[in-house]
Amino acid sequence: MTTGLIAGLVAGLAVAALQHFTTTPLILAAEVFEAAQHAHDSADAGAALSGLSRTAATSAATIAVSIGYALILLAAMLLSGDAIAPRRAALWGACAFAATGLATSLGLAPQLPGMAETELAARQIWWLATALSTGAGLFALLRLDSTAAKIAGVALIALPHFFAPQPATPESTAPAELAARFAAASLAVQAISWALAGALAGLVWRLQSRQQELS
Amino acid sequence: MNAKSSANAAALPSSRLEALKAAVVALTLGFGLVWLAGFAYPESVHDAAHDTRHALSFPCH
Repeated sequence: MTTGLIAGLVAGLAVAALQHFTTTPLILAAEVFEAAQHAHDSADAGAALSGLSRTAATSAATIAVSIGYALILLAAMLLSGDAIAPRRAALWGACAFAATGLATSLGLAPQLPGMAETELAARQIWWLATALSTGAGLFALLRLDSTAAKIAGVALIALPHFFAPQPATPESTAPAELAARFAAASLAVQAISWALAGALAGLVWRLQSRQQELS
Repeated sequence: MNAKSSANAAALPSSRLEALKAAVVALTLGFGLVWLAGFAYPESVHDAAHDTRHALSFPCH
């Protein structure tokens, strides 16, 4: 448990710093366009906080997510009976990124504030189902030997995309260039946060087991 | 059913059982944290986590 906390904290801090220089400036820029379009839009939730408190809140949320990622990866490795080591844990992180980042972004591209959206609950359900289904599919493909398991794995990975949410009619207030840069930055940040959470969890786990052996 | 599951538990080495218990706790906590930061509805939580949700491509708004 401590392993996940320490690894997540360190990974979260690093990712929060990365966000501060990559995705957050794009979000702020998009909000300027959004505000210009809807001069008195009360649903402008992102602007509820500003300046330092906004950076602090964002960092706290990122650290929480990173600890969550590290704990999920550790749990997955324990459940599958894997030896927990940095390199292997980073690979688990890479697969988790494929599930929660790559697969979900096919149906729901990373969005800037002010882009057209459909109902939230339906998108959240599809996102979760796709991430879990892709994760299970990857596990079946990479870790199980029978042909039936491999076929089921491919099916689990492909299936969610037949039910992808209908995209909303495009009516973005943010320029397309900004949105494209944000989508790429968002995927990169997400990949790094999973890989870091995994690698650090593996590293801290190894250090802690060495310490236990010594004592 | 009870007899069967306790037999299964006895068949597992105790270290494996410990690992499984730890895994279940870690999984629950991990999903809880991701849920709170990435999905929870209360407005205060949403506002605080807003930029993180967008940056890590959780569905938002």
